[in-house]
Amino acid sequence: MSPVTVTVALLVGVVIWVLVARRLTARSWETGSEAGDIAAVRMAPARLGLWIFLAVVTSLFSLFLSAYSMRSHHGDWSHVMLPDVLWINTALLVIGSIAMQFARHAVGRGLLQRLKLGLIAGGLFAIAFLAGQLVAWGQLRDSGQFVQGDPATAFFYLLTAVHGLHLLGGLWVWGRTMKRLLQGVEVVDLRLSVELCTIYWHYLMLVWFALFGALLYL
Amino acid sequence: MAYVAIADRDAPIHDPHTFIEKYVWSQDHKVIAIQYALVAIFVGLVALVLSGLMRLQLGFPESFHFVDPSHYLQFVTMHGMIMVIYLLTALFLGGFGNYLIPLMCGARDMVFPYMNMLSFWVYLLAVLVLLSSFFVPGGPTGAGWTLYPPQSVFAGTPGAGLGIILMLVSLAFFIVAFTMGGLNYVTTVLQARCRGMTLMRMPLSVWGIFMATILGLLAFPALLVSAVMMTLDGTLGTSFFLPATTSMGQPLDHHGGSPLLFQHLFWFFGHPEVYIVALPAFGIVSDLLSTHARKNIFGYRMMVWAILAIGGLSFVVWAHHMYVSGMNPYFGFFFATTTLIIAVPTAIKVYNWVLTLWKGDIHLTVPMMFAIGFIFTFVHGGLTGLFLGNVTVDLPLSDTYFVVGHFHMVMGVSPILVVFGAIYHWYPKITGRMWNVKLGKLHFWFTFLGTYAIYLPMHYLGILGVPRRYFALGNTVFIPDSVHTINKVITIAALIVAAAQIVFLYNLIVSLRRGEKAPVNPWRATTLEWQTPDTPPKHGNWGPRLPEVHRWAYDYSVPGAKEDFIPQNEPVDPRLGSGRDHGIRH
Amino acid sequence: MLIAVVLVLLVVGSVIFHFMSPWWFTPIASNWSTMDDTVLLTFWVTGTVFVAVNLFLAWVVYRYRHKQGQKADYEPENKKLEWWLTIITAIGVAAMLAPGLFVWAKFVIVPKNVSIVEAVGQQWHWSFRFPGKDRTLGKTNVKLISPENPFGIDPEDPDGQDDVLIARPELTLPVDQPVKVLLRSKDVLHNFTVPQFRVKMDLVPGMISYLWLTPTKTGEYEVLCEELCGVAHFAMRGRVVVVPRNEFDTWLAAQPTFRETQALAAADPAAGATQYAVCMACHGPGGEGNPALNAPRLAGQNALYIRRQLHNFRNGLRGTHEKDSYGAQMRAFAAMLPDDTAIRDVAAYVESLPGHAPQATVTGDVKRGKSLYTTCAACHGVNGQGIWALNAPRLAGAYDWYLVRQLQNFQQRIRGAHRQDFYGWQMGVMADILADDRAINDLVSYINTLRAEDTRTAMTAGRGN
Repeated sequence: MSPVTVTVALLVGVVIWVLVARRLTARSWETGSEAGDIAAVRMAPARLGLWIFLAVVTSLFSLFLSAYSMRSHHGDWSHVMLPDVLWINTALLVIGSIAMQFARHAVGRGLLQRLKLGLIAGGLFAIAFLAGQLVAWGQLRDSGQFVQGDPATAFFYLLTAVHGLHLLGGLWVWGRTMKRLLQGVEVVDLRLSVELCTIYWHYLMLVWFALFGALLYL
Repeated sequence: MAYVAIADRDAPIHDPHTFIEKYVWSQDHKVIAIQYALVAIFVGLVALVLSGLMRLQLGFPESFHFVDPSHYLQFVTMHGMIMVIYLLTALFLGGFGNYLIPLMCGARDMVFPYMNMLSFWVYLLAVLVLLSSFFVPGGPTGAGWTLYPPQSVFAGTPGAGLGIILMLVSLAFFIVAFTMGGLNYVTTVLQARCRGMTLMRMPLSVWGIFMATILGLLAFPALLVSAVMMTLDGTLGTSFFLPATTSMGQPLDHHGGSPLLFQHLFWFFGHPEVYIVALPAFGIVSDLLSTHARKNIFGYRMMVWAILAIGGLSFVVWAHHMYVSGMNPYFGFFFATTTLIIAVPTAIKVYNWVLTLWKGDIHLTVPMMFAIGFIFTFVHGGLTGLFLGNVTVDLPLSDTYFVVGHFHMVMGVSPILVVFGAIYHWYPKITGRMWNVKLGKLHFWFTFLGTYAIYLPMHYLGILGVPRRYFALGNTVFIPDSVHTINKVITIAALIVAAAQIVFLYNLIVSLRRGEKAPVNPWRATTLEWQTPDTPPKHGNWGPRLPEVHRWAYDYSVPGAKEDFIPQNEPVDPRLGSGRDHGIRH
Repeated sequence: MLIAVVLVLLVVGSVIFHFMSPWWFTPIASNWSTMDDTVLLTFWVTGTVFVAVNLFLAWVVYRYRHKQGQKADYEPENKKLEWWLTIITAIGVAAMLAPGLFVWAKFVIVPKNVSIVEAVGQQWHWSFRFPGKDRTLGKTNVKLISPENPFGIDPEDPDGQDDVLIARPELTLPVDQPVKVLLRSKDVLHNFTVPQFRVKMDLVPGMISYLWLTPTKTGEYEVLCEELCGVAHFAMRGRVVVVPRNEFDTWLAAQPTFRETQALAAADPAAGATQYAVCMACHGPGGEGNPALNAPRLAGQNALYIRRQLHNFRNGLRGTHEKDSYGAQMRAFAAMLPDDTAIRDVAAYVESLPGHAPQATVTGDVKRGKSLYTTCAACHGVNGQGIWALNAPRLAGAYDWYLVRQLQNFQQRIRGAHRQDFYGWQMGVMADILADDRAINDLVSYINTLRAEDTRTAMTAGRGN
């Protein structure tokens, strides 16, 4: 464990403690100790659920990445020759994320047209990203590198596949939101869905940065 | 934003009409809990039978020829995996978690009922996939429950073809099911508590289940990662965990993979898994002790903090399972230290349980007997953990029967005693009937004494050096005949304990029909699940109005109060107040 | 009430059990007595806590059991008491941890004056390698592993030439000499354990792990594999013999070096054909065997196995049991071969002989036999072709009456009882799986269906089932 990790972990610990200390030190057998009442947590369950889910996914990807890093420190490691199309894919993903942010902004103000535009663009760019990833797979395979070959290539396929599957899951939710949007559901009722999609898009973008960075440099 | 806090909603979240919606594709947390529990108990019985078969081989190696070495390893593997994951994890979280969280928190249901339902069905699918591996060519995997590569995917290990793949697929399904359930449990605890139910007023059962779920959500991904990577190694020929080796004398194409990487990932999941099973047991047993001793839990805050501390520490001790794995031996210093630190909060919990009984009014009901039995076995199992956690002491004992004795005491017998106690405790609420007390006590005595007779001698066999996972000991010079004798005794004790479970099942099943009608609150307990308008609670749990909580979960024997318990939803009497207002804090 | 009494009885009983139990550490034979001390210390600390907590629990249950009109105390917490208990616990834990870490430091840091030996694990067999005069082990590579080079030593590496190879699972060590045991696995995880030495460590394919110790007592000790390594895990045994220094030196000098094993001329089947004249009378001109003379079929049998059996007969590892009269006959003939070269040539010749499956004489339930054979297949191969790396002979095409007799011999320890016959011992514990003569017949009738012709290619199939 590097000192940086330790410091970050300590800071996170301090923040968490400050946030919950008052609640967790209440002498609850005394009357009037209502700190931490449910009234204090006003967040839609779905939103909280998403954040918890993101914590789980973070755990998953961190473990994949630590497996990758442990393996890459082994002597016989050689970096995979990453196809250049990945840079384009990264751009697509970033644009998708921006579009989703645009949609989120619009949904907060009830602007239906902008919402439509942003949401459709966000989804399409994500799909384009996935298509681009398939192209990258194809290029890599054509260059003769496949999973049985060196471990870096196997990791490349594995990490991109897992990331892609998560994005597919996001697209499924996106599709349901699109359906409701096209059915003419009130904008205000779409707000939560759009916000959650946006959070998820941003999150998967960050994950991709981490994965891409690791594939490039680790 | 038009969001209404769940705790303010007065209508049920969903509204089933048909029989199928109510009892099969049910979204009601109570029905899902029972479905989870029944499936878990069923596979648990399968695993119990497997252990009986193993014991027959170990006790009478010359007599039961239908158990050959392949079968033996397959039984060992499936017994371990089923008991740890498909029984204990599923039962504590899917079963008790589902049933108790909404009721104890004063909610109408889980916050995502549909997902909750999916969770059960995917779990069932995982169980079916697992059991199907008994019927494929080569049978189930016999790689040990740790599934260490390379042997789990190499020739020479039973089930190295289809068996191991089915096991990994089943685990993946289980993890998906668990994640869907776990998101529900955590979100429900955080979001759906009723008015007044502050975090520190929650019963410890909820705390234990809550923390265990968080551990599971963060730890199961490690198992998923290793399962996915091993599946690829086994099917597509990748080399994540497989170095350049031979198998049966032939060099294979793999190169560069690391078997130790798998072990790190596995135990990064595997150690928290111990606490995923233990923390709910800790929580539930606290409530059993407090209720049946008519006394508040001693040191409630310390108990909560200990749960949090144990949960946090459980992520930095994993490599104590790997002292002799060939990893960098310098890791031993770090992991021995963290492991022994975890003993401190755990010890505090034990002290507080005993101090809860101290100066109590102990009703020796069946749940209480199981709870006391738990303290005894857990003290035993916890203390032997100090042997194995300490790297030097572990060296001679690792991979011997000492380990088998230790982990069965600490995460087999102890949690199972709590499971039994909890089932006896909540059975009246779940079914509306009382069980037969005599049979319950009989079940307790056979189970408690029987399991101790099984596992105590194993520790000493381990000190002698008898290795675990051996199909037969053969004529090993340092193993005297007395070992074969005690192995027979252990086997007989195991069979008796297994048979005693028939008493338990009989009691549960017959009491459904013949049991006395249970009162609403037979144990005169304070927690919310006993304050429901109906027993068993109807759909939506609380009738027209949600309860409101005014005090913590442990107002037992409050001085000056009329009864020896005050339910959590009883308003504070301005004249009486709770304990502090009477100035009885010493 | 009853439960309080039972708790006291359990505590007392456990303590008595502890002191009376006949199962305790094997007498220590290495320098690691400090490990026993840490275990003992842990026993005392934890034992005290076990007795104290549970007796207190029993007393509490007895004293505060429900009586009419009794009311519990109301005491949410007692910070002072809780802190005291925490501190005392922490001290107790530290008292166990600190000595443990000191001993561990000794284990981690290997002393300078160690000698080196390598323990090589494979399914389900141990072998050993000493570095020779240059005190350096030669490089190895799994790709080089073959029947001629089972250690996989790199022939290009000069360090490897004088490595002393012990292909049998029997290691000799000098007493009082610190030794670092390097651990290498050829296939799956294993674990090198000698209970009397206390220390143990896994063998991990793809890397070298180690442990070190000083044998302090002469004698013989069993080596066990303690990491699950497949079906025959329990039969993966070896032996360590600790002897005085001078005996060790003599012993070591008598063992072959890598150079010597490689310098042996390739076996010559043609020369073997001449030597085979001795065998022909009983085993037939084509190695087809002869039921009337109780001579098994030899044609196509693995040369390694033939060689080992010839040596076994000559050295009295086989055919010396009083009930093994056919083995005794064979001993006389095996002795007629002049030397090791002759044995190797004959074995190569026999292996080269073509064969056809003999007439079946045993009837049994083939289906049941097939299920019994699952275990056998782990070593002898799914087609009964035999696998050299597992020291397992070919079964396909053998006379069924011969297989039946040998299985019975193994079960009754007429064969495989000699203390140097490690593989015979393994086969003995495996043969124990067969319940009775019916099971043997079922099994053998399945082996009868295995065809020698299919098996040549299948011999290379390593992976999967």
